[in-house]
Amino acid sequence: MIARAEPWQTAEVSGLTRALPVIKPEVVVAAIKKSKRPILIVGHEAASVDLEQGKPIDYIIQIAELTGAQIVATAHVIGEFTQRGFNRASWMPIMDISNRLRDPNWQGLDGQGRYDLVLLIGFQYYLEWVTLSGFKHFAPHLKTISLGRYHQPHANWSFPNVTPVDWERQLKSIVKQLKEK
Amino acid sequence: MPKKDIHLKLEELKSGLTEVKGLELSIGKIIEEGWAEPMGPTPYPSVTTLREWDMKLLSKYKPMYLPYCDSCCLCTMGKCDLTHGKRGACGLDMAAQQSRIVLLACCIGAATHTGHARHLIEHLIQKYGSTLPIDVGKSVGIEVEAPVTRLVCGIRPRTLGDLEDVLCYLETQITQLLAATHTGQEGNELDFESKAFHAGMIDQVGMEVADIAQLSALGYPKADPEAPLAEIGLGTVDVSKPVILVIGHNVPPAAEIMDYLDKKGLYDKVEITGICCTAHDLIRYNPKAKIIGPISWQLRYIRSGVPDVIVVDEQCIRADVLAEAQKVKTPVIASSEKNCLGLKNRTLDPATEIVADLVSGSTKGAVILDPEKVGEVAARVAVELAPKRAKFKVLPSIAEIVKEAKRCTQCSDCRRACPNDLQIPEAVSKAATGNTNKLADLYEVCIGCDRCESACKNHIRVHSLITGAAEKKIKEEKYKIRVGRGAIQDIEIRNVGAPIVLGEIPGVIALVGCANYPNGGAEVAEMAAEFTRRRYIVVSSGCSAMSIAMQKNEEGKSPYELYPGAFEAGGLVNVGSCVSNAHIAGAAIKIANIFAKRPLRANYEEIADYIHNRVGAVGLAWGAITQKAAAIASGFWRLGVPVVVGPHGSKYRRMLLGRSDIKDDWNVYDARTGGLVNVGPTPEHLFCVAETKQEAMVMMAKLCLRPNDTSKGRMIKLTNYIDMQKKFYGVMPDDLHQLVRRETDIPITMKEEIVKILENKGWKESTIPDPTLLPRMIGTRKSR
Repeated sequence: MIARAEPWQTAEVSGLTRALPVIKPEVVVAAIKKSKRPILIVGHEAASVDLEQGKPIDYIIQIAELTGAQIVATAHVIGEFTQRGFNRASWMPIMDISNRLRDPNWQGLDGQGRYDLVLLIGFQYYLEWVTLSGFKHFAPHLKTISLGRYHQPHANWSFPNVTPVDWERQLKSIVKQLKEK
Repeated sequence: MPKKDIHLKLEELKSGLTEVKGLELSIGKIIEEGWAEPMGPTPYPSVTTLREWDMKLLSKYKPMYLPYCDSCCLCTMGKCDLTHGKRGACGLDMAAQQSRIVLLACCIGAATHTGHARHLIEHLIQKYGSTLPIDVGKSVGIEVEAPVTRLVCGIRPRTLGDLEDVLCYLETQITQLLAATHTGQEGNELDFESKAFHAGMIDQVGMEVADIAQLSALGYPKADPEAPLAEIGLGTVDVSKPVILVIGHNVPPAAEIMDYLDKKGLYDKVEITGICCTAHDLIRYNPKAKIIGPISWQLRYIRSGVPDVIVVDEQCIRADVLAEAQKVKTPVIASSEKNCLGLKNRTLDPATEIVADLVSGSTKGAVILDPEKVGEVAARVAVELAPKRAKFKVLPSIAEIVKEAKRCTQCSDCRRACPNDLQIPEAVSKAATGNTNKLADLYEVCIGCDRCESACKNHIRVHSLITGAAEKKIKEEKYKIRVGRGAIQDIEIRNVGAPIVLGEIPGVIALVGCANYPNGGAEVAEMAAEFTRRRYIVVSSGCSAMSIAMQKNEEGKSPYELYPGAFEAGGLVNVGSCVSNAHIAGAAIKIANIFAKRPLRANYEEIADYIHNRVGAVGLAWGAITQKAAAIASGFWRLGVPVVVGPHGSKYRRMLLGRSDIKDDWNVYDARTGGLVNVGPTPEHLFCVAETKQEAMVMMAKLCLRPNDTSKGRMIKLTNYIDMQKKFYGVMPDDLHQLVRRETDIPITMKEEIVKILENKGWKESTIPDPTLLPRMIGTRKSR
């Protein structure tokens, strides 16, 4: 197992402020519970990576169902949600949703107010890296969590670099704890 | 540049000695004679001349910054922490710092193309004279020979010598732009962005200057839709012959090699092969030369031991080319003063002495700044050295791969160094068991950067293992590419102008740029095929044009064998090398000028306004790497043409994004009435990342929409957009209410379904204006 709270891509050196590593999934659960308006942004890799008992998208759907969080599917992954019977996901490119989220006056996809917690999963490492950097610098009203397998230093919270097995264990644990709330 | 503050215009002058009509002088230089078109408002624009136009675009497409660093380290007051709204010691904030870096990148790119043009033209003038006429296709009726230069500078270059004047202007502008990035200069992010646009425009002129000069002098195909097919791929090389490899972008040394071989009757006895844009230009010079592949083919080819001598000129050459060449005992000739590789300058030495030193191995390479001498030395070295080298290679055999793979400790450092996070440890682990298939699979998606190998603590030659495992694939790497045709004919523009502007040809898709692809070059070919089949006009250049070629259908045909090379619906048009990108911009400009009769000369704003609102063109740089790619994109932004980049393009650290949810952002003037009309998010973005090829295709289909589309045209464009979204996403688009203006815009076959969607969204019909962003255009002309 690799469990290092350092950037996965070695040259992507972290900046002056860095993410807190999520060692226990309770941190994510607490942040979601504390959030008034969480939003999950789901990239294409969430549907292309095979874990032992499912794909990351399967856990994300469960998290969304348990919390009522808004989902935005990027790239072509929306079809994967509808195929799984989850029909309340929106979709747009990651740059579009990032641009809206950075606007403190944006009232959200449903017009009900701005989001306060952004959770990301399923992106190329470097694409998520710069996206989170953009949030860090230009969206002080947002908290960010990377649910990906690799450590993202620009998030507020991120897993350390973990194995697929540990990653799935973490995602399952988040789902389990949300069910117990 | 010619100064215009002292300007003399003579309608008619008669004296005892002479009679002159229609003469204009500027500081003693003739700037034009006999050109009926009057000078437009912005000849030789300075850094701020087009600032107002830039700000119009930037208010619609606001920058979204994606910082790569938390700090700035460009001066000794730093490093400065720019997090959480802090300013640096100089007063700059993070947004301005990011835009400053964007400007720096665009300046580097513009300087590189312009520097390339400068060296090229100096050589061509020396060889052919400054009075050599510019001819990009007179025989096929091209009258607008330099649309970008005419538009920007307001001159009509007639000879190579005229291009030198243009270069002086470009060099001045690049210097001023670069100066603006100095500490204590520009401080506003939008002004940095405007300057980046200016750098892009300058870059576009620089590219045009370079390409029309070489087109005119070197006998390339001139706007020929049926330019010949040439061979591309590692498997095309006859390894029984001495082999010369040329790498870079500036073709004169490579052309001189061909001339020397021809002169000595050695032409059929030596293989001349190329990588990157020099290869493009080499096959334009002589289609018997062979392209090996894009930029990412350098290491794999050098390590194969096939080249007996390597000639590098400029741009996109690996900095370790000399070290790599040493491993296979191949000498290197550096032929550009921009890239001397630490070698001794032997330009003035007799060729025979240099050849003897390179063949004996007493020197590992030489700088030779005389292209003609490069031609002789490279050819003679190849011929003399080939028998001695015997294609000495460093690629491992399968048995060696297995043995080396067993040393792997699965630390994952190779994967963590890989730009595409390729599953290298898994492939190496499998190879250690004797199965090298997974390693061979990586060959298709590897960008050839070698970071894996640098990262390996056990000194496993990871990149060589991948290449060695793919030996069978390499031997089968044999494809055809259409030789770059250069400009688009005026008659082609006349033929497609109306259907493009009215929307009946759904768009022009330009697949350009480098080879840092997220999943290999096959995706570019797939996208090209998708759009050509849908009757878009697909244009290509540079490494992307090569990647498109390097695929085959079930009948063994490459895309350039399947699709016509004409600028027409369903065409696949390879314009040529990087600098040929200017012809893509030129085609858009010529649509405004030749089809719509908009004045071209120094009339940048009006032409850009026309293109932005009417010409459904989109660029895709799926594997953009360099600062040149940034500058090329920037040139298109200023023309109002959207550019999409692959996911690695996010590292350019700034997007230019529209907000489809803010209705007022999409108002334009109706040039007929002067009223403001909401036209919806068309085009939605000026610069945006696409995460996957599927997203890129859907995004490009949508970005082809323009306010001016007729109902029939909008219907065709929407048909493609909806169809692609259904095909790739599995859902109907959710924004049709913003894109359908009238019921007649709705694709007939989906009418019932779409009408229901529109009703649920409370959609109302809107008008189709004669769109413009320029108030001065209101009521001035009949729309076309």
